[in-house]
Order: sequence, then structure tokens, then C-alpha cells
Amino acid sequence: MRLDFDPARPIYLQIVDEIRRAVARGELAPGDRIPSLRELAQHAGVNPNTVQRAFQEMERMRLTETLRGQGTFICGDPDLVARLRAEMARDALGAFLREMFSLGYTADDIRRLLDAALNEQTKRGDAGAE
Amino acid sequence: MPNSTYIVEIDGLHKTYFRTRALNGVDLKLERGLIFGLLGPNGSGKSTLLKTIAGLVRPTSGRVLVNGQTPSVATRAMVAYLPETDHLYSWMTVREMLEFVSAFYADWDAQRAAALPAFMELDAGQRVGDLSKGQRARLKLVLALSRSAPLVLLDEPLSGIDPPSRARIIRSVVGEYRLGEQTIVFSTHQVKEAEGVFDRVVFLREGRVALCETAEKLRADHRCSVQDLWERVYA
Repeated sequence: MRLDFDPARPIYLQIVDEIRRAVARGELAPGDRIPSLRELAQHAGVNPNTVQRAFQEMERMRLTETLRGQGTFICGDPDLVARLRAEMARDALGAFLREMFSLGYTADDIRRLLDAALNEQTKRGDAGAE
Repeated sequence: MPNSTYIVEIDGLHKTYFRTRALNGVDLKLERGLIFGLLGPNGSGKSTLLKTIAGLVRPTSGRVLVNGQTPSVATRAMVAYLPETDHLYSWMTVREMLEFVSAFYADWDAQRAAALPAFMELDAGQRVGDLSKGQRARLKLVLALSRSAPLVLLDEPLSGIDPPSRARIIRSVVGEYRLGEQTIVFSTHQVKEAEGVFDRVVFLREGRVALCETAEKLRADHRCSVQDLWERVYA
């Protein structure tokens, strides 16, 4: 887990996002055990109350499940990865669109610019690469 | 009567040393089960406030309640206090120091006291007098964290310490914290490193509480870290 937090966002949500991202990327698989509350707090140097809030949020989102006495696991739901990827894509698109609209671009402008950017990427041969 | 919400209640607290006003009307309530960051420039009254809660300094006027009681010998049993100054005996070994201190406290956790020095990379057989500044600071923290007191007061546990020791100290505070049971008050200038540890932040200025807010709310409202806000307020 990254240790550098974005100061302007609640830390508990950043912990949730880190775990979501790890699942969406396949670094954590459904059924994998995640570190305990204490381990996570200690590793990240973060308040255990904050980590507890992140755990509650992840449970509410059905991202994780806690088995008494065994620990906290990524939900065994087979659709989880697909669902998370869709959610995160929606979030990323939402953030992108908000930013573009706030800069004064219209929907048509955005389509045109996006197409151009995607074509540029394909030409450079690095589409999909990080 | 212990208040079920607050472990510490302070109303109109003044403390004057001869003619110097250290505390100038502090009103503050500390909820149970949270970690508080006590921030403020030098001379803002952080140490005096902690000592007053610990029962080591008598208020000039105002009211302080710890677990519903005026600070006394009885409340001192509930408070683990890490002083800013050193109170270690240099002729003892780390192990002897732990044994010596353990005798004073009914809530001493021998298991923790045995495990913590290794985590803090302290050699139990080493003489206290031979420890480096960072090692002494870590030993002080081992002494404070080896008790299961409901209220832990840490006065500048990071000051004058190298960055690796600071990180280790923060990790051990977080690791030993008893979720839901303990309240920790942590005074520091190293806001950046300790930022993620705080539930709530108390800014002291000129002997008064200038601000008391949850760290997450401060970050959300000001769109910046507590560290940046602190610099904006005090720089």
C-alpha cells in the first residue's frame, strides 16, 4: 500500500480506493486475505480508527467480508472484479468529464478531442499501456 | 461521576508561572477512544496543558476533570505520561529501567514491555547511559506504551529525533493503540509525519485553544493537509 496520501481527501476513502484498485488490477483476487486492521494501520502509519472506518466502508460496499477469528477477505463474488472495474471506469470518466466541462468544452468538443487523443495513442502504438 | 463521552473536560483553565501566563483560558473536551494531535508554536502552552492533565501542575484557576475527577494520585493511575524531558537513570540497563518503572504501575503490561524494545530496536542489555538520543526517545516511549492506561499523554515524542526513529515511533504508537479503549494526546511540531495518526487536531495559540476539529474535516474543508494548514496559521 502506498504511504503517501493525498492531503485533500479523507484518508479512509484513500485506503478503500487502494484496495479497490488492487482488486481491479488483479493484484488481489477474490478470496484473498487482506492485512488486519492493526497491520494496515501500523504499515501505513495511520490511525486505527481511520482504518476501521475504511474496513466498515469496504464491507458496506461488499468489497470485503470479515470471517470471525480468521480475518478480512476480498469478497468471493465472481462478478466483483468486473463490477469494480466498471465502477472505477465510471468514476474516472466522471472526473474527466467534470474537468472538461468546467474548462468550457462542449460534448462535441470532448468527443472530437478524445477521438484525436485515442488515434494519437494508437499511432504511437502504446494504446492501453501505462 | 465519570463522563461516558469525555475522558478529559477542561473549563476556563488558567496557569500563571510567576508573571508568565502559560495557559490563558483553555476550554477543551477530549472524547474517549480517539487520538488527538496537540499542535502549536513554542510557548503556546502545550507542555503545561499536558502536565495539568497529568496532575503534575496545579491550575491557577479553572477546572480540569480526568475521567470525572480532579487530577490527583488516583487519576495519575489512569494516565500514562511521556514527559518532554528525560527521566531515565543512566546507570541502569534498558531491562532494569523497565523493571524499575514497572513497579510503580498496576496497569503495567509485562508482555508488551518485553516485546516493545525489540520492535523499537533497543538492546535490553544496553546501559541507558550509552543510548543515542533517538534510542533514549524510543525507550521513553516503550515506558509510556507498556502501560494499559486509558489516557496516554505524549509530549513531543518526535522532537530532536532522526527520521527513521520518528517513523518507528509513529508505527509503534499506532500498533499498540487499544482501539476504542484508549485516548492518546500527542503533541508535536512534526505535523507532516504524524498527520495520518490524528483523529482530531487541537491548535493552541497564546495559551488558548484556537481550533479543535477532526483532521479529516480540516483536510476536506481547506483542501490541504493539516501540515499546510498549520503552516498557514502559524507561519
